[in-house]
Amino acid sequence: MKKIKKLLYKRDKSGYILSIPALLLLFVFVILPFIMAIYFSFTNRTFIPNPKLGTDFVGLDNYKTLLNDPVFWKALGNNIYFTAIAVPIQVTLALLLAILVNQKLKGITFFRTVFFSPVVIPMLIVSITWSLFFTPTENGLINSIISFITFGQVDLIKWLYDPSTAMLSIIILSVWQGVGFQMIIILSGLQAIPEDLYESASIDGATKWKQFRYVTMPMLRNNLVFVITSSIIMSFKLVTQVLVLTQGGPLNSTQTLVYLIYQSGYIDQMIGYASAIAVVFFIIVFTLSIIQQKFTKMVEN
Amino acid sequence: MKNKKLFKNLSLYIILIFFTLIFILPTVLMIVTAFKQDEMQILKDMNSFRAFLPVGDIGFQNFKDIFLRLPLTLFLKNSLIITILTIVLNVIVNSMLGYALARTQFKGKKVILTIVISLMIIPGEAVMLPLLLLVNKMNLIDTITVQILPSIAEAFTIFLFYQAFLEVPKEIEEAAILDGLNYIQIYKRIAMPLVMPTIVTTSILTGLGKWGDVLWPTMVTRGERVRPLAIGMQQLFTTQPQRWGDIFAFAALMVIPILILFLIFQKHFIRSIASTGVKG
Repeated sequence: MKKIKKLLYKRDKSGYILSIPALLLLFVFVILPFIMAIYFSFTNRTFIPNPKLGTDFVGLDNYKTLLNDPVFWKALGNNIYFTAIAVPIQVTLALLLAILVNQKLKGITFFRTVFFSPVVIPMLIVSITWSLFFTPTENGLINSIISFITFGQVDLIKWLYDPSTAMLSIIILSVWQGVGFQMIIILSGLQAIPEDLYESASIDGATKWKQFRYVTMPMLRNNLVFVITSSIIMSFKLVTQVLVLTQGGPLNSTQTLVYLIYQSGYIDQMIGYASAIAVVFFIIVFTLSIIQQKFTKMVEN
Repeated sequence: MKNKKLFKNLSLYIILIFFTLIFILPTVLMIVTAFKQDEMQILKDMNSFRAFLPVGDIGFQNFKDIFLRLPLTLFLKNSLIITILTIVLNVIVNSMLGYALARTQFKGKKVILTIVISLMIIPGEAVMLPLLLLVNKMNLIDTITVQILPSIAEAFTIFLFYQAFLEVPKEIEEAAILDGLNYIQIYKRIAMPLVMPTIVTTSILTGLGKWGDVLWPTMVTRGERVRPLAIGMQQLFTTQPQRWGDIFAFAALMVIPILILFLIFQKHFIRSIASTGVKG
């Protein structure tokens, strides 16, 4: 027995050999660019530096510019708007769907599969498909449906072409694509609730609503906390839909932090300034992740 | 009593069918429209239920069109190479480190574990610009390699493997050690087959991400030679005048393989998504 222990804990080279490839790649493609992003945010670095001027250290200039840049504030505001609308809708809908597909009914796995299916469709394709539904004329699919339901009482909506509804359009298609993901996570929480908790509650005379309020909800807290925080983080990473459909427009109404990083860094080639936005973006996601971990730990205790 | 239950089930089914329509019809429309050859008809159908039905002039013309309009076989080949190679290398490299952290003893192991966990918080979007400058310096712009190499090592995947290997019973390895195997042999022959579910999970997550990725290939590819399907799709979508028959034929080509895989491996897909929610 001792021999085994000795052999098991022997410091041999295997550990290093197994670690090297991943560590090397992580260093070159994650850690190094991360350090570079912080460094560039204090410089006026451009994509291809002018050989005569070079790159200078500019201190906090990029951050000062950022604070006075209405487009940056617009982007941040749009991310917050997206979060404030999409997250509550998505989480409520996911909870409802999870409860539905947790019922003991014939063919329930079919419904579960269908509700989940948009998750496997690339966001690129979802965006393109929905852009046809959002056709801004009376022939557009969604406009036709709205006109049919309201007997033509609602004015034509221009969806992606109107600054006041462009972000809403993106929210609708994002919720459609993503809700199955949250549904599955909540469902796995529902299935982990022991059946006898409900039995004893109903023996005590608790109504269905009370059972939901005092048994289901508390037991689901962990899953709900995870679902809410991870969808907030996802909302701040919003970019594919914008890149494919609106490029931030019209009038910056769909501008987001990540799209702005892409636009100012890749299209306008201002690496220094874009890096400052990237650092701010990182700080937001970092803070949200810490809050997520704190909350999950709190719930576990 | 019996009637009440019947009524309850009936209303449940009505709600379920309502949501089924919402979640299935856009996909149905996409696939059906791919076969509609008359562009005017497609647009006219949009204000009626015909949008979801295979009616009118049906055939394969749109598919023939896109093969003529775009180097589709090339895009398809590139996408397959990029996706498959990324999945394979991702599994190998990350499981190796995951195993080393879970099972072997070496100096600095604790520090590395802490670093890996911290790296999970860094979003790829925050480092994409310096990464672009780096791969530019490495002369990797406009290659297949640049679309694979940076996404191989991934902290989250390492962590998933680390957790999976921790759950492998130590006794199995102790026996192997007595047989004279070293850790690398144990990892390859014994431990890897035991974490099959994690391999499937990470493969699905990596594959879905790579297949539909647009942002990174937009930044690092210039010519059609190395471009994946996603960029071709975007190209077709932005070409005026938009031809929706062609666009949906392309979309169907990109989505149908995933849907088939999804229907076959449903349980794995759903389990892998759920597993991202059960973080340590």
